[in-house]
Amino acid sequence: MTTTPSAGRALPGLLDTEAIRKDFPVLDRLVHDDRRLVYLDNAATSQKPRQVLDTLAEYYERYNANVHRGVHVLAEEATALYEGARDKVAAFVNAPSRDEVIFTKNASESLNLVANMLGWADEPYRVDRDTEIVITEMEHHSNIVPWQLLAQRTGAKLKWFGLTDDGRLDLSDIEQVITEKTKIVSFVLVSNVLGTVNPVEQIVRRAQQVGALVLIDASQAAPHMVLDVQALGADFVAFTGHKMLGPTGIGVLWGRQELLEDLPPFLGGGEMIETVSMHSSTYAPAPHKFEAGTPPIAQAVGLGAAVDYLTAIGMDKVAAHEHALTRYALERLVEVPDLRLVGPTAAEDRGATISFTLGDIHPHDVGQVLDEQGIAVRVGHHCARPICLRYGIPATTRASFYLYSTPAEVDALVDGLEQVRNFFG
Amino acid sequence: MYQDVILDHYKNPHGRGLRDGQAEVHHVNPTCGDEITLRVRMDGTTIGDVSYEGQGCSISQASASVLNELLVGKDVSEAQKIQETFLELMQSRGRIEPDDAMEETLEDAVAFAGVSKYPARVKCALLSWMAWKDATAQALSGTAAPKESA
Repeated sequence: MTTTPSAGRALPGLLDTEAIRKDFPVLDRLVHDDRRLVYLDNAATSQKPRQVLDTLAEYYERYNANVHRGVHVLAEEATALYEGARDKVAAFVNAPSRDEVIFTKNASESLNLVANMLGWADEPYRVDRDTEIVITEMEHHSNIVPWQLLAQRTGAKLKWFGLTDDGRLDLSDIEQVITEKTKIVSFVLVSNVLGTVNPVEQIVRRAQQVGALVLIDASQAAPHMVLDVQALGADFVAFTGHKMLGPTGIGVLWGRQELLEDLPPFLGGGEMIETVSMHSSTYAPAPHKFEAGTPPIAQAVGLGAAVDYLTAIGMDKVAAHEHALTRYALERLVEVPDLRLVGPTAAEDRGATISFTLGDIHPHDVGQVLDEQGIAVRVGHHCARPICLRYGIPATTRASFYLYSTPAEVDALVDGLEQVRNFFG
Repeated sequence: MYQDVILDHYKNPHGRGLRDGQAEVHHVNPTCGDEITLRVRMDGTTIGDVSYEGQGCSISQASASVLNELLVGKDVSEAQKIQETFLELMQSRGRIEPDDAMEETLEDAVAFAGVSKYPARVKCALLSWMAWKDATAQALSGTAAPKESA
């Protein structure tokens, strides 16, 4: 197969990746002796720019202290940096108030936090045996298992939207799935396997009709598009820092202020209290009510630097870059014989995550032979096994792009897949 | 990693398909979705048959084929020794260079030495061997219900 790199480089809407890539030291790495790294596993985690790495180092070298506790200089500076990161995140997602931004350790904790709060809440939020929970078949395990646990503990009924053959939510029975009994609808904004961008408005409208709360898992959206929690109309939005250029160990839960006031805490400990006696305690107002113990301080500050980096480029430009790249990748991948896309085949309403199967060749083997060429992809069921079951496949190979990905890397993937076919053919 | 021996077994597997046995197990590798259903038929203390069906990568499929070729017809104590040797090789993280004695014991299974350098793939290579160990223990203890092929 001949490559057509010139076609890719002329794509409109691409960012200046040559300049951007200089900020990411790891992208210069050679692997397997002399292979240039082609990193296409961004849906698993993103690489980090020097600006974030420097911020982390500087935090520990100059400011390290516990937050909200001491009166000394470092404690005050560390607190200002930590709370400054909250301001940055609040602005990044257009939160009406900074107090609506809760730092967690990852998106999984954010999702579990909501599930647990609703199990312990008073009316009208309480999930119990007479109520229903709604999710979808394209959720990451982190947005399935917490709800299964909640359903098991409370006796609530767990329901879900199925998928269409072309990788979108089947909302044809939305009025039967979301009913007067529904207390919470939790769904993913952008699928980590299919790349599908889900129709938020339609789901939120139905949920609001019946008075159900809405939680959106934006883990694969926050890094890649403009995320406006007010425009989404949801009650809670969860995402994680490490997929959006930030460090691991820091996640976010945004929630509407009145809900955060009404709902009970999840973890108890230091920082989340107002007063404590041996008999009972009262709690600090949100967000601190939900941040028990020493938080991930450096990680929050690092996430703040990542938000600065993304904001300077512009999330609309990041989205345009990825859209152009996705369109090009889809065009090129359909040229590969025996390749079957798992997910929408058009670039519309679709993120830069592309899953596929390659004939009968197992994704593990695809991934291994690609790795030998320096190409990093994810293989397996991507923590979303129900999707594989739905489409009757054991696993997929997944290539996922980001703001530093290039058309040349798409070409490298296509060439690499040709080598895989030759090897196992 | 992909030795010709492995690719040969992958493309032309030995003993694939489920046949009669005294015990059946189903093992999965949750990280990747590889799975195998495996049956063991004991003829006294001899491994009468190891039959299997499953889906997975070339490493897991070839490993099951090698297992069938290597263990069927052997006395169970010898088969267990082979299994332990294979396990040792696969857990060596590439540090064991198979010597003549090991090659004699493992035959084609020596080809998997390179796989041991890839932690993510070791489980693929061991899937059928762990299933065999489990099924054999059940068959020997007589706790398992006999399985017949359809």
